[in-house]
Amino acid sequence: MSSPLRGDGGAELLFNGVKKHPVTLPSQSEPWDMKQLLVWIQRNLLKERPELFVQGDSVRPGILVLINDADWELMGELDYQLQDQDNVVFISTLHGG
Amino acid sequence: MAQEVCGLKAQLREKEEEIAALKNKLAQLEKSRAASVELHHRVMPLTPLTGKAALSNEDIMRYSRQLLLPELGVQGQLNLSKTSVLIVGCGGLGCPLAQYLAAAGVGRLGLLDYDEVELSNLHRQVLHGEENQGQAKALSAASAVQRLNSTVECIPYHLQLSPENALQLIQQYDIVADCSDNVPTRYLVNDACVLSGKPLVSASALRMEGQLTVYNYHGGPCYRCLYPVPPPPETVTNCSDGGVLGVVPGIMGCFQALEVLKIASGQGSSCGQQLVMFDAQDARFRLIRLRPKQASCAVCGENPSVTRLVDYEAFCGSAATDKCRKLNLLSKEQRITVQDYKSIMDSAEPHLLLDVRPLVEVDICHLPSSLNIPLSSLEERKREHLQLLRERVSQLKHQMAGDCQPPVYVICKQGNDSQKAVQILEKMSGSEVDRVTVKDICGGLTAWARGIDRTFPQY
Ligand SMILES: [Zn+2]
Repeated sequence: MSSPLRGDGGAELLFNGVKKHPVTLPSQSEPWDMKQLLVWIQRNLLKERPELFVQGDSVRPGILVLINDADWELMGELDYQLQDQDNVVFISTLHGG
Repeated sequence: MAQEVCGLKAQLREKEEEIAALKNKLAQLEKSRAASVELHHRVMPLTPLTGKAALSNEDIMRYSRQLLLPELGVQGQLNLSKTSVLIVGCGGLGCPLAQYLAAAGVGRLGLLDYDEVELSNLHRQVLHGEENQGQAKALSAASAVQRLNSTVECIPYHLQLSPENALQLIQQYDIVADCSDNVPTRYLVNDACVLSGKPLVSASALRMEGQLTVYNYHGGPCYRCLYPVPPPPETVTNCSDGGVLGVVPGIMGCFQALEVLKIASGQGSSCGQQLVMFDAQDARFRLIRLRPKQASCAVCGENPSVTRLVDYEAFCGSAATDKCRKLNLLSKEQRITVQDYKSIMDSAEPHLLLDVRPLVEVDICHLPSSLNIPLSSLEERKREHLQLLRERVSQLKHQMAGDCQPPVYVICKQGNDSQKAVQILEKMSGSEVDRVTVKDICGGLTAWARGIDRTFPQY
């Protein structure tokens, strides 16, 4: 299954400065859900300082997760089952003015 | 005789016209002086804003190009004159926002900022000029706006918004715009808007990105619905650390002006449950559908736990300014002053000076003979950088007699990152690199520029 990942608003820094991260997830019998994706990202993309990205089994406060340009709260958050070609974006809230 | 009468009459008419012109000029001057702004240091009750019953000929001429829009029209313009808007923060967002709101004819503008104008503000805070350095930003912004449109009532507040004054202030305005630069203020403004039922047009910008949402508007979510828990303070980057291209908050502040004008004129905003994200690098706007108002929200939910304003600095674990926090991670023995380092330098004592700032900052300025390894490279144990460090330490060891531990002095911009680097280097010492004595230079290059070398650039 392939799914482009993006990090904006500073979150790209967590991905070694790379904004677009097309990934192909290993196939498994059950469909991938967001909870599993977060674990996979932490293991495969964020080797250093994962605490800047995750807290418990979700993202840390101040990061908003978007699935296909919608707040993931509208999609079931951690339980959302990923479809092929889904676009997942992690954004950090900005505070500067 | 008749000719003389005619001539005198003509002369009289001329003088009368001249007098009328002078009277008009005097009235204008008096009006602008009466409207000339007085700085408020605390929140005071305001007289109710009446607005205009009808447009004068001068109004019609001034606003003609927007009156022609069916979306605005005469009624929209009259609505603007009846609306008061509070702008929290007269910086990169607040300046263009205040400018366009005043130009468009909003009735009353509250301009709040606790800070004074500095040279490093001018690239983005475009209402302030060189001559305004040191002046209260609220006053500088208000005078600039008043020059643009003297018919707009401007109230500059030189104060820090706090749980004690926020409700009294916000209750007096119809629409609030959050142009602030720190997390505690964003929660404070949100809660005060929810508790007083005001729409909140909120924007933010950093580096090459901007975000905008209208909160607490037509049953939509509030800031807390989206962000129930504040971010850990160490993950928050401000403009003085992360940098920002001036035009980016400029674009977002203009976007805020657009949404405020639509709400004030009666057209309404479509950003109530929507996040606008601006990526300046790709020149791209994205519209994100947001969650609705949350029943579980602590302030706007069904059983709110926040029913009055609380201590937001404690809630967020950070101060309500964008000034840099001063970390204190090390003991006294692990730190030296810039004066100490100056005498080490002058005595040519063998040592390694390690500059842990990112390369982009080292390009701005650095001390000669410093070795640059960014903090992030130390944290990630970047192989080529560790190799470089090992080489320099062993060179130093050869240079020094006996089996002493070579001294390493760590410097950065303000003395925060350098302390983190000292902690990392102490862990590495004796394992990943030869044993070293690591010390932090207190206050970093900023302290160096202030205390040792006044010609050294500050940024
Ligand atoms: Zn809420």
